[in-house]
Amino acid sequence: MNVIEAKSLGKHYRGTWALRECTLAIPAGHVAALVGPNGAGKTTLLNLAVGLAAPSAGAVTVLGGRPAGSPAALDGIAFVAQDTPVYRNLSAADLLHLTRNLNRHFDMGYARARLGELGIPLKRKAGKLSGGQQAQLALTLALGRRPRLLVLDEPLANLDPVARHDFMATVMTAVAADGVSVLLSSHVLAELERVADYLILLSRGQVQMAGKAGDLLARHRMAGLEELALAYLRGPGVTALSVENDETSEVAK
Amino acid sequence: MTALAISARPGNDTALRPVPWRRMAWVTWRQHRSTLAGVAGLLGALAAYLLFTGLPMHHAYAALAACHPAGSMACSNAIVDFDNVHWSMAEAMAVLLQVVPALIGAFCVAPVLARELETGTFRYAWTQGFGRARWTLAKIAPLAVTVAAAAGAFSVLFSWYFAPFADQGLQTRLPPLAPLVFDLHGVAFAAWTLAACSIGALAGMLIRRVVPAIAATMAAWAGLALAAGLFLRQHYLTPLVAHTPNLPGSAWLISSWYTGRNGKPLSQAAISRFLQGYHPVAQQAGPNSTRTTVDPVGYIAQHGYQYWVSYQPGSRFWPFQWIEGGYLLGLSALLIAATIWLVRHRAA
Repeated sequence: MNVIEAKSLGKHYRGTWALRECTLAIPAGHVAALVGPNGAGKTTLLNLAVGLAAPSAGAVTVLGGRPAGSPAALDGIAFVAQDTPVYRNLSAADLLHLTRNLNRHFDMGYARARLGELGIPLKRKAGKLSGGQQAQLALTLALGRRPRLLVLDEPLANLDPVARHDFMATVMTAVAADGVSVLLSSHVLAELERVADYLILLSRGQVQMAGKAGDLLARHRMAGLEELALAYLRGPGVTALSVENDETSEVAK
Repeated sequence: MTALAISARPGNDTALRPVPWRRMAWVTWRQHRSTLAGVAGLLGALAAYLLFTGLPMHHAYAALAACHPAGSMACSNAIVDFDNVHWSMAEAMAVLLQVVPALIGAFCVAPVLARELETGTFRYAWTQGFGRARWTLAKIAPLAVTVAAAAGAFSVLFSWYFAPFADQGLQTRLPPLAPLVFDLHGVAFAAWTLAACSIGALAGMLIRRVVPAIAATMAAWAGLALAAGLFLRQHYLTPLVAHTPNLPGSAWLISSWYTGRNGKPLSQAAISRFLQGYHPVAQQAGPNSTRTTVDPVGYIAQHGYQYWVSYQPGSRFWPFQWIEGGYLLGLSALLIAATIWLVRHRAA
């Protein structure tokens, strides 16, 4: 089963194509990293996959052929958007109840236990939590739904290194325990090196490369995903580049 | 929840049973209870004020009605006193209440979608299993209906409060169709509140910012209310026409004009010229040189002119209420449907 399948998918906003001719099939059972510079179309692709945006061209289905955004698709996908928006005036406990009421399934026991482990008080308002705790709370709300596909948009962008590590640890625990498929976007490549086993490289609204991490590395004779991505993003034809000391932000150019 | 329910996962069948509506009741209540409390506080404070000032006013009015002998100097003076003491307060209250539906719609419903879109929480809410079109309906409709019902209950109290000023005996009586009070009585107040809420819902979705959406809601509502009060309402039913200056006090005067001998309407200038010839006390040349007073109506009639009025009789109060309530209900349904359509088709 493919967790996401896109055929000639395109989206344009005000005359420019944010995503164009995107054809893609991500098989289930992977932690897939969607990588590319800012403005490459990562968020657009994720919004289309979770049904927040409607395609301008082509089609996208999830979880084995369910139209993105359909009730069946929403039932199996949990999405944590960029900057992990939560209702700041609600307590963590209220947010758990809210999410339970908005979904057919919600594992309240798991969610409570998870927040307990993280030391997030149930009575505290979400707006009073630290950035890392808010991200963990949003992730807990998503994982409590027991999704088959977890979609994360730039989950690490605004977190400090410790929070990044903790966040990814929670994701990987769920992957190990539950077999949930994950699709996450990031421009922070180093963080994904250890966790991602599938890579989609997006640039200028188009898929440049997609496949299992091991296969891609072997084919291009690269040691790591970061190296591989940088080589590709620097321009076609360039196969080897020194990447030491490169800031990820430079990838954007 | 049992362990079985926890591990249960959607199968490949696409015909899932949707999340039941009643689950949204908790969500809507939890997220909007403070707004509802605000509406309850506003209407409650206004109701308390109406009761506080209305009870003494009704006592005074009862004394007035019992005044005996009616028509005596003492009773006439009592009526003037009543008008002086109570009218300005009641009038100010009626003016103030005109804006209440707009306030409720703008502050209670306009932020519902605008805040989600402004803070980005719609990315959470609209990707939950409930589905965003149903989510929108389950938020907007109960909120709008609840506050409109509260407004309706409040307007019953206002009708009681204002009842003395419908009395024909008072100088400050107002016909029930008068623009100042028509939309505060009957079903109109609730209907205008519902309309303000649906305008707010659509404005929130279109504008996506809380403060501008509130401002736009008030502006759009004011435009609609002014259009209805100044231009539309008088045409709900064809006005009656009469050639008498003495309309019953319950009638709502729409317009008046003169016709000349040929039966054609006269221009304002022609009427002015003609009326310059009128003197309340006319000299009548004759052997006895008597003086007779000529009333204006008689003077007009003598010269073959006629004074015409078009008006809406007071008996049309309820038909007008249902007409106004009906089209506002239709408009509200349309605006909420448009909002849901936009949520479904124009997100992110």
